[in-house]
Amino acid sequence: MSKYYIYQDVKRCIGCFSCESHCKTKNNLPVGPRFCQIIPVGPKLVNNLPRIANIFMPCFHCENPWCVMACPTGAMQKRPKDGIVFVDQALCVGCKSCITACPWGTPQWNPETGKAIKCDYCMDRLDQGLKPACVTKCITQCLHFGDASEKTKTARERFARAIAEL
Amino acid sequence: MKESVFSICGMCSVRCPIRVEVEDGIVKWIEGNPYDPGMAGRLCAKGSAGLAMVYDYERPQNPLIRKGKRGDGEWEKTSWDEALDYISSKLKAIIDEFGGKAVALSDRGGPFRDIHRSFLRAIGSPNYFNHDCTCARNVQHAAISLFGSGRKTFNYDFKNCKHLVLYGRNVFESLRVKAANTIMELLDRGGKLTYIDVRASGTAMKATRFWMVRPGTDYALDLGIIHAVIRDKLYDAEFVNRWVLGFKELETFVAPYTPEWASKETGIPSEEIVAFAHEVARDKPAVIFHPGWMLARYRDSFYSARTSYILNALMGSYETPGGLFFQKGPGDAGKKGLNALLDTIPKPKDKRVDGCGWKYKHFESGPGLLHLLYPAILSEDPYPVKAYIVFRHDPLLALPDPEAQKKALDKLDLIVSIDSNYSETGWYADVLLPSATYLEKSSVIRTGKGLKPQFDIRRQAIEPRNAARPDWWIFKQLADRLGVGEYFRFKDMEEFWKFQLEGTGVALEDFDEKGFVSLADAPIWWDRMKGLKFETRSKKIEFVSSLLEENNIPSFKPYESPKTPGDGTFRLAFGRSPVHTHGQTQNNPVLHEIMPENTLWINATQAEKLGISSGDRVKVTSSDGSHSGIIRANVTEFIHPEVVFMVHGFGRKIPWQTRGYNRGLGDYRFETGLLDVFDPVGGANALLECFVKVEKAK
Repeated sequence: MSKYYIYQDVKRCIGCFSCESHCKTKNNLPVGPRFCQIIPVGPKLVNNLPRIANIFMPCFHCENPWCVMACPTGAMQKRPKDGIVFVDQALCVGCKSCITACPWGTPQWNPETGKAIKCDYCMDRLDQGLKPACVTKCITQCLHFGDASEKTKTARERFARAIAEL
Repeated sequence: MKESVFSICGMCSVRCPIRVEVEDGIVKWIEGNPYDPGMAGRLCAKGSAGLAMVYDYERPQNPLIRKGKRGDGEWEKTSWDEALDYISSKLKAIIDEFGGKAVALSDRGGPFRDIHRSFLRAIGSPNYFNHDCTCARNVQHAAISLFGSGRKTFNYDFKNCKHLVLYGRNVFESLRVKAANTIMELLDRGGKLTYIDVRASGTAMKATRFWMVRPGTDYALDLGIIHAVIRDKLYDAEFVNRWVLGFKELETFVAPYTPEWASKETGIPSEEIVAFAHEVARDKPAVIFHPGWMLARYRDSFYSARTSYILNALMGSYETPGGLFFQKGPGDAGKKGLNALLDTIPKPKDKRVDGCGWKYKHFESGPGLLHLLYPAILSEDPYPVKAYIVFRHDPLLALPDPEAQKKALDKLDLIVSIDSNYSETGWYADVLLPSATYLEKSSVIRTGKGLKPQFDIRRQAIEPRNAARPDWWIFKQLADRLGVGEYFRFKDMEEFWKFQLEGTGVALEDFDEKGFVSLADAPIWWDRMKGLKFETRSKKIEFVSSLLEENNIPSFKPYESPKTPGDGTFRLAFGRSPVHTHGQTQNNPVLHEIMPENTLWINATQAEKLGISSGDRVKVTSSDGSHSGIIRANVTEFIHPEVVFMVHGFGRKIPWQTRGYNRGLGDYRFETGLLDVFDPVGGANALLECFVKVEKAK
């Protein structure tokens, strides 16, 4: 697994889809491929209030990525230093094996180049000490980027505050 | 070469401060201005998609002159010289025969109006309009009737608020980046959010209380709440005694409007209304009853906004942390404000053609009421209007009933549209001028009022693409051609900025570091028991309004119950999505992909009766049968049975916008017969007085 993680604080997510637009414009994507997507599920009544789940779906950058194993040319690969899974466009032949292999529908098809593309956590930005576009410009800062181990803290602290009020 | 430019977003009317990264003349990255603590990089979907708009080839590229009939879409590409000469010769002939007053201009308001308003004034026309008759006019007039000054007198301290009450003000979808974030902080702190609407919008999904009211009964709900607040002595007596004029009259007026009565009108149980009144009063004064923004909804929306403002007064929530604070300007910080070009030009002597300020003394004259321009064009009363310049505004889509509007527009000798998007009105115009987008132009320096007033600046990030030109240049060119160039001596925006800043003590270089210049070191709060500056005659909050009473308008209007639609018919409501700006972004490549078309929300029980399931194609027909269209249904229990809903701005009819063309339906086309239906006291259109028939499509 990549050492990084995007944690979505669903309580703060308002389903504004800005992460998608930040991603599309930063990566200069044509119409079609979406590296990340908000999937709204619901609404339904929870404790008599309408609630919707806005599920954020980026790439999870798996430890043993199906897409990397399926790729016949070595285009889909893991970056050794941090485990980010990315596609080397020069090596991709457009066979779509990665699209077939990924259980979460992460690798996307670029209709303009005829090759697979995917979320690479904006690694060019990371290398400049910045965060991914979706996280940087998230309106309510519900998206957090960093080490996976740090991100459990927010949830624990919120839970602790909630039970302290009981 | 890499550059970083501070600017102001132009994707919607919120106009957030941004930072733009440009590489070799191409925009690569847009983010919220990192130096503005409310932005800190954050941006909405539309803000990022500004990049897609600039580089979209489906935007107006060259000046076009109409060849065929109006609206037929036959255009001839022309040069700027030719287009400007054509417009000015037509305008000259009109001005010679009918006077400058025969030229009307409308825009969408905002802080960047100085140059084009000056153009209109220079040619001698008082007929400046904006979009506000389909937006906040009712709220504006409600504020004036209570405080003597408009709705922008106040802003909201969401961050410290303990209980925020919203009447359809859909803060998480009709987005302001800073406000959305601070309201989220309110919720994180355990603050309360009561949301009242006819449907569960994105804001309802975060609310701590959601009331699905019967459409058109917000005023009844307010009256019931006020009754409970006064009856149970829940108000801030000290504040009311000090600042309110007419409390006794209010008490007498609301006596019959009990929570039990309000319950019958709204569908909200009376014990919930009473419990709410007690709950909200416990949190006073850190309480906000939001008076609304787009309140061009019903014939009594003025009174619902007014009673919301009244509730804030009862809670004592003016000029207090967590409530509504007075927005302070440069003068309040001991500084001189910006110079305005408009002030250098003599005011036209003629009265406004729409009657605002003279025939209708309770309507503010400033931007008037655009819906009243149409009958004036048709009747030529009080005088003829022959030309209409529409600047980044789309009345055929914003005002109701485009076919009725066209009957008036057809009497005009000249319609000019100046826009960086194709608009329905532009498509019907005689000349279409491509204006530069916000990334391709500089605008006048803006005064940002608030607890800490500031000046901020929109600097041009890149050269205009194709033949687009900045609006300041277009109006300056027209002014020169019409012989009033003497007022427009500046050669570029840098010269104009220097004129604006003269005497303020602020230099242009001061904007370089952060894109704005703060005029105060610390937030300015006034003493809320001694120092509040209300501009009414009594210097108080006038529950009984001197302005209304002297125009024979009641300060408190007896409630009238809204119409209930018959079987198979529904009131048509419209609203916003977080990814689209009204009718301006449906063709944007990025935003179109996220939301390509709208759907019709319909109540699950009603849908079952009509045999409609989610995803079905349904036929919607206007009440007079003249317009119908097909749309996909979104069957949901989260909408009131009397109403159907669609997101505004879809159903575009401009074939050159291939993505948005004919996708979904436009609510405004169903608002037949509503062009002259408006709130008689607030002035805004009553856009929700629209009923449609819904049936399963064959």
